[in-house]
Amino acid sequence: MSILPQLAFVLILGAAGYILSKRIKFLRRNILLGKAETRNDQPENRWKTMLLVAFGQQKMFKRIVPAFLHLLIYVGFLVINLEVLEFVLDGIFGTHRLFAPFLGGFYTAAMNMFEFLAFGVLVSCFAFLIRRNVMKVERLNKPELKGWPVKDANLILVIEIVLMFAILTMNATDQILAERGNPHYLALGTLFFSSLIRPVFEGMSDGVLVFIERFAWWFHIIGILGFAVYVTYSKHLHIFLAFPNTWYSNLKPKGEMKNMPEVTNEVNMMLGIPVENPVEPPAEIGRFGAKDVNDLSWINVLNAYSCTECGRCTAECPANLTGKKLSPRKIMMDVRDRAEEVGKSIDAGGPGFADGKSLLGDYITKEEINACTTCNACVEACPVNIDPLSIILQLRRYVAMEESGTPAQWNSMFQNMETSFSPWKFSPSDRFNWADKVKESEQ
Amino acid sequence: MAEMAANGQSPEVLFWVGCAGSFDERYKAVTQAFVKILNKVGVSFAVLGPEETCTGDPARRAGNEFLFQMQAVANIQVMNAYEVKKVVTACPHCFNTIKNEYPALGGNYEVIHHSQFLQQLINEGKVRLQGGGEFKGKKITFHDSCYLGRANNVYEAPREIIKALDVELVEMKRCKTKGLCCGAGGAQMFKEPESGKKDINVERTEEALATGAQAIAVGCPFCLTMMTDGVKNKNREADVKVYDLAEMVAKDMGI
Repeated sequence: MSILPQLAFVLILGAAGYILSKRIKFLRRNILLGKAETRNDQPENRWKTMLLVAFGQQKMFKRIVPAFLHLLIYVGFLVINLEVLEFVLDGIFGTHRLFAPFLGGFYTAAMNMFEFLAFGVLVSCFAFLIRRNVMKVERLNKPELKGWPVKDANLILVIEIVLMFAILTMNATDQILAERGNPHYLALGTLFFSSLIRPVFEGMSDGVLVFIERFAWWFHIIGILGFAVYVTYSKHLHIFLAFPNTWYSNLKPKGEMKNMPEVTNEVNMMLGIPVENPVEPPAEIGRFGAKDVNDLSWINVLNAYSCTECGRCTAECPANLTGKKLSPRKIMMDVRDRAEEVGKSIDAGGPGFADGKSLLGDYITKEEINACTTCNACVEACPVNIDPLSIILQLRRYVAMEESGTPAQWNSMFQNMETSFSPWKFSPSDRFNWADKVKESEQ
Repeated sequence: MAEMAANGQSPEVLFWVGCAGSFDERYKAVTQAFVKILNKVGVSFAVLGPEETCTGDPARRAGNEFLFQMQAVANIQVMNAYEVKKVVTACPHCFNTIKNEYPALGGNYEVIHHSQFLQQLINEGKVRLQGGGEFKGKKITFHDSCYLGRANNVYEAPREIIKALDVELVEMKRCKTKGLCCGAGGAQMFKEPESGKKDINVERTEEALATGAQAIAVGCPFCLTMMTDGVKNKNREADVKVYDLAEMVAKDMGI
C-alpha cells in the first residue's frame, strides 16, 4: 500500500498541532494581560469544586431540560474522543481499526456505545438548534448576541451534527464492506445505530463504498482537528477552560468585596493610626479600580474566555429583567473582545492598550454598571462559576475614584456620609433617639 | 455601650443598629421591636448610640473605597476599644460588611444576623411563641435579601422563625438561591434606577402578591422599603402588609 496517506496524515496532524500551540500561546498571553493574583488556597476545596461544577456539571441541573441535552453532548465529547486515539494511531501506522483484534467483543460493545452517544449528540444538537432558532428561547436571543455570537453558536451545533453523521456513515459503509468479504475490513457484529442508515448504501458498489468510508474517515479526523482550532476562536472554549475556571473559583462569601490595601495605608495615615507594616507603594503608580483589561485580575480575564454565552446570568439579572441596559453576559463578552483586540494589536506591533480605546467607555458604558444591584444572581447562576460582579465593581471604583464620575445622587450620598456619617442627611446626635420610645413603653 | 463600659460591664453582644434602624421612620419600629425582645428575654446587650457610623457599605458598592475605609476604620477603632466580641444586626448589608469585610481592616468579631439570633432564642426556649395572634393560619411569604441569602448563604433561619409562628409559609417561584433582588442593593437605594421598562421592586412585589400571601416578611431595611413601596404601587396596602421578622416575633409575644 502507498505510504502517501500516512504521510499526509502526519503532516495534517503536525500542522494542526502547530496552529493549536500558537493559538494556546496567544490565549494564555491574553489571559495574563490581567493583573497577577494568587488564588491557590484551599486546594482540596478547589479540586472538589472543579469535580462537582465542571466535571459533574452540578450547576447545569438547575434547568433540567437543557442540562440533560447538554450532558449527552458532554459525555459524547469525552467518550468519543477515546475513539479519536484509535483514529490517530490508524492514521500514523496505516492500519484500520487497530484496537479491534485486541479487544474482540469488547470493541463491538465500545463501538455500539460510541454510536449511541453519537446519536445522543445528534439529538441534542438538533434540539439546541430548535431552541435557538425556532423556539427562540429568550436568553439565547438577546441584543448582545447579534452577529457573530449567533453564527458561532449555530456553527458549533452544525459542525457537531456533521461530525456525528461522519462517524455513523463510516461505520455503516465499513460494515457493509466487511460483510461482503472485503479483506481490509473487519466484521464487528451488529452496530445498532449505523445499521439504521445502511439501507442508503446497500446498493452501492465496493469501489464507491470504499470511497465513502475513506472520505468519512478523513472528514471526521480533519473535522475534529479543525474544530479544535476553531474552538480557540469561539465561545466554545468553555469545554477546556471550564476546568481551570472552576478551580480558580471565588471560595469566599459572595458578598465580600476585595479590600484595597493601597487605600488602607492612606486612610490610616489620615486618621493618624500608626502603620506597622506599610505596604510598599508600587513602583508604577497603578489606577484605582479598573478602566481596561490590564487593570482587572487575570482570573477576571480567564472568566471571560470561559464564558460560553449561555445567558443564565442575564436571565436572572434583576436589572436586565426590568429592561435596563446591563447584561452580565455582555460584560464578560466585552472583556474577552477587548482582550482579543489588545492581544492582536500587540502581536501586530501595534499600540496594544495605548490605542486610545478602553474597556470602560468603548465597550462597557456607565449606564450598564450603574444599573447593577450587586445581588449576585449572575454569579449564582453561572454553571462554571464566572463572576461578572467582580468586574462591575472594579469599573465602578475607577469611575468613583479616578473620574469622580458617579451619578449625582451617589455623590450626595457620599457627602452625607462624610458630614453626618450616614447615607442620609440626619444629625449624628439623633442616632439614639429611637430608644426614647422603647423606654416609654417599658416604664 | 459607653455607659456599660464606664461601669466596668461588658455586654454579651453588641446590637449594631445601622443607619436605617436609627433614622428611617419605618425601620425604627423594627429596632424597637428587636430591643423589646432582647429586654424581655434578658439578653445582656449594648448599642453604640451616637458612636456608631455607617459601615460604609453603600459607599464601597458605589465605588468610593476611600469613604468606605474611613467609615470602617473608625468603626473598628470604636469596637476594638470596647473589646467587642459578638455583633448582632438587623441589616444584612451591615451584617455582610462587618462579618466579611472588616477582618481585612483589623475588625474581627462573631457577627450574626438578627434572624439567626432570634432563631437561637426560639430554639433555646428563651422566646416562647404563642403560635397565635394576628398571624395564626395566615399565608406569609418570605422575601430573601441578597446580602443574607446568596451573599452569605443564610436561608433557613428566617424560615424557621416564620414556621415557629404557626403560619402557612408560601414560597415565591424565585426564592432562596434564585431569589430576586428588591432593587435596592449595591447603593441603588440612594439613587433613581437607570431607565428601563419597570422598577425591580414592582416586579418582585407582583411575584409576592401572586402567592396569595397576606403578609410579606423581610429581614432587611432596604427590602422593607422597596416591598412596601411595591405594595403601594399595586394599591394593595390595605390587605397586604410588609413586616420585618423581629416585628412578627414581638407581636406574637404581645410586646
